Amino acid sequence: MSDLDWDVITRSLAYVLADGLGFTMKLTVTATLGGIVLGTFLALMRQSRLAIIRKFAEIYVDTARSLPLILVIFWIYFLLPYFAQWVTSAPRPVSIDAYTSAFVTFTLFEAAYFAEIVRSGLRGIKRGQIDAGYSLGMRYPQVMTSIVIPQAFRNMLPVLATQTIVLFQDSSLVYVLSLTDMLGAATKVAQRDGRLVEMYLFVTVVYFAISFTASQLVQRLQSRVASPR
Amino acid sequence: MSYDWSWSIFLQPTLDGSMSYAELLLQGTGITVVTALLGWVIALALGTIVGIMRTVPVPSLNCFARAYVEVFRNIPLLMQLFLWYFVVPELLPEGLGNWLKSLHYGSFYMAFIGLGVYTSSRVAEQIRAGIKSFPPGQTNAALALGMTLPQAYRHVLLPRTYITMLPSLTSEMLAIIKNTSVALTIGLAELTAQARAMQEYTFHVFEAFTAATLIYFALNVIVVQLSRMIERRTANKI
Repeated sequence: MSDLDWDVITRSLAYVLADGLGFTMKLTVTATLGGIVLGTFLALMRQSRLAIIRKFAEIYVDTARSLPLILVIFWIYFLLPYFAQWVTSAPRPVSIDAYTSAFVTFTLFEAAYFAEIVRSGLRGIKRGQIDAGYSLGMRYPQVMTSIVIPQAFRNMLPVLATQTIVLFQDSSLVYVLSLTDMLGAATKVAQRDGRLVEMYLFVTVVYFAISFTASQLVQRLQSRVASPR
Repeated sequence: MSYDWSWSIFLQPTLDGSMSYAELLLQGTGITVVTALLGWVIALALGTIVGIMRTVPVPSLNCFARAYVEVFRNIPLLMQLFLWYFVVPELLPEGLGNWLKSLHYGSFYMAFIGLGVYTSSRVAEQIRAGIKSFPPGQTNAALALGMTLPQAYRHVLLPRTYITMLPSLTSEMLAIIKNTSVALTIGLAELTAQARAMQEYTFHVFEAFTAATLIYFALNVIVVQLSRMIERRTANKI
């Protein structure tokens, strides 16, 4: 307790924040955008008239949501080489680096959670709005893209943002692939210099500061979005 | 796919020969369940206390409870487990810290404590939302009947809160089972860790992960069924 060396933080600041936090942010942003796009498709599929499409989306979402993210990280990390082999018809499994695997995993996994958010957002749009669109001569894609989805997203914005904060925190789990996200970078310095306490407390403060600030902003967003529509 | 499937791998003995791989995974399942249950007890107890503190008419308690929730909700679970396992023993007085580090099942204790405290901040929010969802007339009626405020919580507000919040408490319970896998990073030999160990020793990665996946599905189904049972039994008690 007495011999703490806080200097180790300043020495490794560039590495932990630029490399580590940089990767954490990149993963968070990519998986959020990819997850929302894929999640929107899944949510629309769950409204499909074709039972097989509905069922596929349902099974996808339920499976992802009932498994721990860590197990999914391992699944995809080991499955991806075989999948790439199948796609490219290579003679043996293609080696895929852990970075790519992390981006794929987080996008696919978070899509299931975003799909549930989008689904409830879509259900919040009154049937009359959709009928009005059709009676104006619009087709399904037009009704969705110019009437339903814009309004639904406006209402969902706070929940989507909250899920992004969860995703930001979950991104620390790439630790199991030994990637250099913020926690990974801090761990590498901590183990090299034998300064676990200092490094871990520092990263905790950074995680907290970002998540807390973001969640306060979401609360303010919520009160603005809650205005009459 | 050029993968060599072999389901009989589960019957083969592990490296030390003490059990089969099937038993190894079941042992992991047992550790997952026990850790999640102990964590859940802590989460429910602390979550209820903190949730109540957020709703009582005492500003200092409100403030403390809010800070508690914000702290444990805004730090990633993995980070929290590292803090419990690596940092807490260093910050305690030396004797106590060394005792903690020398514990044989140290990662198990720290896993369920860490998971419990993390989940308690989420349970507290559910409890608060449940209590706030009742009109103030509920509390007033209880007080008018001569109950003290603690009695009103004990006999009126809390029982109804648990019943109305059962669906969200069920998803927190499902979450703590899944989150137990995060404790593999501090060395807990739970289900995902054992599936990973089996993959490392046998190279039969997909059999191991398929088994783990099916076991997680089964645990989900059991919890959901239990919750439905409680729901049926309490349906006419609100």
